[in-house]
Amino acid sequence: MLGNMTLMEFLGGGRAVPGHRPWPRVQLDERGWRELLHQMAISEWTLLGLWGEGKEIHVALRDDADGSIGVASLHCPDRRFPSLSEVRPGAIRLERAIRDLHGLIPEGLADLRPWLDHGRWPLAVPLAGLRGAVPQASPDYSFLPVEGESLHQIPVGPVHAGVIEPGHFRFTCAGETVVRLEERLGYTHKGVESLMAGRPVAEAARLAGRISGDSTVAYAIAFARAVEAATGAEAAPRADWLRALFAELERIANHLLDIGAIANDAAFGFLLARCMVLREQILSFNETYFGHRLLMDRVIPGGVAVDLTREATSVLRTLIHDLRKGFKKLVAIYDDLPSLQDRTVGTGIVHGSLAYRFGAGGFVGRASSHGGDARKVPGYPPYDDLEFAVPVRPDGDVNARVWLRIEEVQASFGLLEQIIETIPGGHLHRPVPTRGGEGMSLVESFRGEILMWVRLSEVGKVVRCHPRDPSWFQWPLLEAAIEGNIVADFPLCNKSFNCSYSGADL
Amino acid sequence: MSLLRRLAQELLHGPRTIDGPVADPAGLEELARRIGERAQARLGRSLSIREVDAGSCNGCELEINAANGPVYDLERFGIRFVASPRHADVILVTGPVTTNMAVALQRTYDAAPHPKWVVAMGDCAIDGGCFAGGYAVLGGVHHVLPVDLSIPGCPPTPLKLLAGLLALLETVATGS
Ligand code: SF4
Repeated sequence: MLGNMTLMEFLGGGRAVPGHRPWPRVQLDERGWRELLHQMAISEWTLLGLWGEGKEIHVALRDDADGSIGVASLHCPDRRFPSLSEVRPGAIRLERAIRDLHGLIPEGLADLRPWLDHGRWPLAVPLAGLRGAVPQASPDYSFLPVEGESLHQIPVGPVHAGVIEPGHFRFTCAGETVVRLEERLGYTHKGVESLMAGRPVAEAARLAGRISGDSTVAYAIAFARAVEAATGAEAAPRADWLRALFAELERIANHLLDIGAIANDAAFGFLLARCMVLREQILSFNETYFGHRLLMDRVIPGGVAVDLTREATSVLRTLIHDLRKGFKKLVAIYDDLPSLQDRTVGTGIVHGSLAYRFGAGGFVGRASSHGGDARKVPGYPPYDDLEFAVPVRPDGDVNARVWLRIEEVQASFGLLEQIIETIPGGHLHRPVPTRGGEGMSLVESFRGEILMWVRLSEVGKVVRCHPRDPSWFQWPLLEAAIEGNIVADFPLCNKSFNCSYSGADL
Repeated sequence: MSLLRRLAQELLHGPRTIDGPVADPAGLEELARRIGERAQARLGRSLSIREVDAGSCNGCELEINAANGPVYDLERFGIRFVASPRHADVILVTGPVTTNMAVALQRTYDAAPHPKWVVAMGDCAIDGGCFAGGYAVLGGVHHVLPVDLSIPGCPPTPLKLLAGLLALLETVATGS
């Protein structure tokens, strides 16, 4: 079985599971799963997601050679499965989470410490469906041992100095230089997957839009598309365009805040203030014309909940023009300040090989030569009808991530203009049929690719939903990025990543 | 030179800041009732806030940051966010309070000096919002701390947040 097999050829050897859309899902036996590990070791298949369900484990993969996508599942009656962590290190934290939530044991996983379970839940393995299972994890957590002379540790968090999400960072330093950073997350774990189960689609959609508030539009689209796939429905055409309009507004608003915040962490508050003025123009436009500043609950399964009126169109046209102009000036300032670039150039480098090994997407991956954008591959409407560039840079430092975001903002302006000009008329919403099925979607949030997987029951309720935030594959790279940098540059590095805590803690 | 030119333009342009809201009347009543004698301490019309994200979706944080930004400019009212609870008069909490954050929230509160006030911001912080009932959330700040003021919304807009905090400031400053 050696050699260059495509993902589809490989999955052809499994037992196809009917009713999984739009990509195939197959059932493997344990031998097949081991064969899969073997193939992954020699093939360019990107790990898109890995999640548990009862005594089953699912893995979603993309063959980067031809862009094909598929899901493989393994039934593990004895609650054990061969770990993927050796061939895809991005799987490590996912498997630790699966062990915490489902009690499925990844065989061969080197790091068996709990991840999401801090020993404070009232029940153990909450998604395993075992009644009365008592918690086992202890609130004490052993950080990796560090040895060496004159090293000291700085524990930071979960409550940080700024207004940001909670997480713990354990820095080991030699003088000012960070020798190692170890992250401990899971503080915002809300049990979203368990809350999803059993909910009617409409209610679950609301929840999906609150997995990571800054990406509410992207999550809502991902959920809606997964539901539409599962039920064989299609959103109203105009809705596809409005979804993209919302998504690009969200992308710009987030990038603006982050670009400003990065400059602010280098003590240049002016840029943050100006970026926030631009951002605020978008949010108040959203509020006036769409009824919510962050656009929560505006995307619903089957379509969208709000239209772009003629008046809004003309206001938006002027707004984009003003934003473009204002943004251009700010970019010129960033480009023109050696003292600012002194902090960002060469800081927090992520090597391309690492981005590749972890399958990191979004601007974190693309600033380290690891391309890919779900709007292009696999692509979804209306992006196939729109022209836009996906910037990629090789340097992998904070500066590259800033520029990447700058270029993405500019690309999004172009997208918005095209959308306004070509958006078709028609209905905003089509009813989603009440039927069972399995659906998956990949949607590009401002951070990168979100994977959403749902199984619906015949009465239209969510049986199982798994959202995989792009941050899962980016957080580990932050640990690498800061190595050898000074502690004072951590805020810069961290902001240039701006991973989601809530999205990855679930 | 472009930065200097920009700065000069900014000076000529005048402030980007919009007018502030009036103190939330509903909030004022609620506060007067709840705060009672603790508000006797005069804070000289300034409030220092330590924010704790107790498991929010990060939407509430975005709006706090907006309120802090140049358009709403919270600081002009004497309200500012501080890095340490040791300097805080107010603990502003977002999120449904996850079991994993409960201890950190309690410790942050304990670290703040007396007198202190607790504000629950957002539907999650009030009763768990859409995360209520989950195995990993306590379902609202009141399960851990005594709440003085609730600011509903998902997320509350910066103006709502501002109005709530102004109400708190007025109640505390006048000692009513
Ligand atoms: S109230 Fe809404 S915006 Fe705030 S944390 Fe909860 S879900 Fe997010």
